Amino acid sequence: MAAFDVEAIRSDFPILKRTVGEHPLVYLDSGNTSQKPQSVIDAVSDHYAHHNANVARAMHMLGAEATEAYEGARGAVARFIGAARPEEVVFTKNASEALNLAAQTLGAGLGPGDEVVISVMEHHSNIVPWQLTCQRTGATLRWFEVTDEGRLDLEAAEREHLINERTKVVSLTWVSNVVGTRNPIASIAAQAHAVGAVMVVDGSQAVPHQATDVAALGVDLLAFTGHKMLGPTGIGVLWGRHDLLAELPPFLGGGEMIEVVEMERSTYAAPPYRFEAGTPPIAQAVGLGAAIAYLEGVGMDAIEAHDREITAHALAKLGDIRGVTILGPTEAVERGSAISFNLDGVHPHDVMQLLDARGVAIRGGHHCARPLHKRLGHQSSTRASSFLYTTHGEIDALADALVHTRNYFAPRLGGRS
Amino acid sequence: MNVDELYQTIILDHYREKHHSGLREPYDVEVHHVNPSCGDELTLRLRLDGDRIADVSYFGEGCSISQASTSVMTDLVIGTQAAHAMGLYEDFLEMMQSRGRITPDEDRFEDAVAFAGVSKFPARVKCALLAWAALRDAVNRATTKEAS
Repeated sequence: MAAFDVEAIRSDFPILKRTVGEHPLVYLDSGNTSQKPQSVIDAVSDHYAHHNANVARAMHMLGAEATEAYEGARGAVARFIGAARPEEVVFTKNASEALNLAAQTLGAGLGPGDEVVISVMEHHSNIVPWQLTCQRTGATLRWFEVTDEGRLDLEAAEREHLINERTKVVSLTWVSNVVGTRNPIASIAAQAHAVGAVMVVDGSQAVPHQATDVAALGVDLLAFTGHKMLGPTGIGVLWGRHDLLAELPPFLGGGEMIEVVEMERSTYAAPPYRFEAGTPPIAQAVGLGAAIAYLEGVGMDAIEAHDREITAHALAKLGDIRGVTILGPTEAVERGSAISFNLDGVHPHDVMQLLDARGVAIRGGHHCARPLHKRLGHQSSTRASSFLYTTHGEIDALADALVHTRNYFAPRLGGRS
Repeated sequence: MNVDELYQTIILDHYREKHHSGLREPYDVEVHHVNPSCGDELTLRLRLDGDRIADVSYFGEGCSISQASTSVMTDLVIGTQAAHAMGLYEDFLEMMQSRGRITPDEDRFEDAVAFAGVSKFPARVKCALLAWAALRDAVNRATTKEAS
């Protein structure tokens, strides 16, 4: 296997040549959205230029080409995650919609006395849909607490019988978008199944960064999103075990998800089409297919190894800066590439501003995980997230910019520099 | 991009000093606002004496711009008529949305003139407006309460 050539990879991403004033762009916000290789940009353009038509409905040559391209992308996604068949892959517009789809359709079978289990470390998109479903159905929402180290408190969950015979759904993030924690999904899925509960996983920060095999993971529903894995915005995936999808009621109603429509009532299509109402994001799915081809070309194991190396470097450098506190695990063990931290006396918005002035792009705020921040005792934080195109030099630039930021504010705010 | 234009001395002084901060009693209305660009939160209490703003007290967590703006706002509105404060809000909003084109009147705005620099950084405009939006909400609620 060829050695990981990060410079060769970077040359495939046109946006990485941009500068911010006189500074090269140091893009450390891939957890927010990833950059796109030229092949993905070309695939979307090429589709519109040469193969554009609606899918399934149009029976002419272009319609056939568009349908083949769209269904080809579905097949590529299925193979990428080790799905048994392409019909298990439902296209949505993003992971948030996929999680809402899961919550609403599973919700049809929930009522008072039933329990749904999530965790305090979830992204808001894996909290709010379940809150809405529980409010609507009368089911009870419960959650895994989080330890000071930013991991699921498995001991407390055990003590409190968090997963029990009333549990109908367990929905957890595979890798945290804030503290990077990788959760023991397979063992929790086994616990869920032992009580007859459905296991739902938010794979948004994991599927782009490591090899995925849904059978080995043991999950029933997996949500992830194209734009975090080199694909376009506007395309997400809900993978579901075929037997489970077959039982679930529709989500959005309209064209394509039906079989026969009468004025009084309609019948519905089989999965996946049952869950894809209206014209789907066709060009975006084609783009996702191209993104998957690119990722497979580099190799997910190679990407994971590179992530781990960069993350270890970043944890070491940031850990060395006086005034920096890292949230969550400080070692690159069972940990993804998002690193959230705080700089003493400087709010994340202000860190973001100074870093931006030096070309370093990071995110400041809650990162859509306010309960996790509250639990860890931070009002907000600054997050750097790397990916396959991140270099060690960029991590050094981040560290230098943070020292500069600390030294800029300290005298102006009356602290030490 | 020159961050010194954003982080002027007036702003950083207010960030440190947080004039009128703390939640005080009695009060007529309390509101809780968050910056949609997440990370700034503000609990603000308003006490009216007729239609005069007798006190604005608050507890805020957030960036230098949002906290400084809250401090500056309280200096400008405490002791004035609610209608005058709402007029200031409208003018401040206009300046903040002007991308640096509007030069504010120092007599009217006093320390708030420092935020003209912030208007050149669109991502931070919501930070500067948080306190004013909270004040306007509080004034509206207090007025509705009185009317009913």
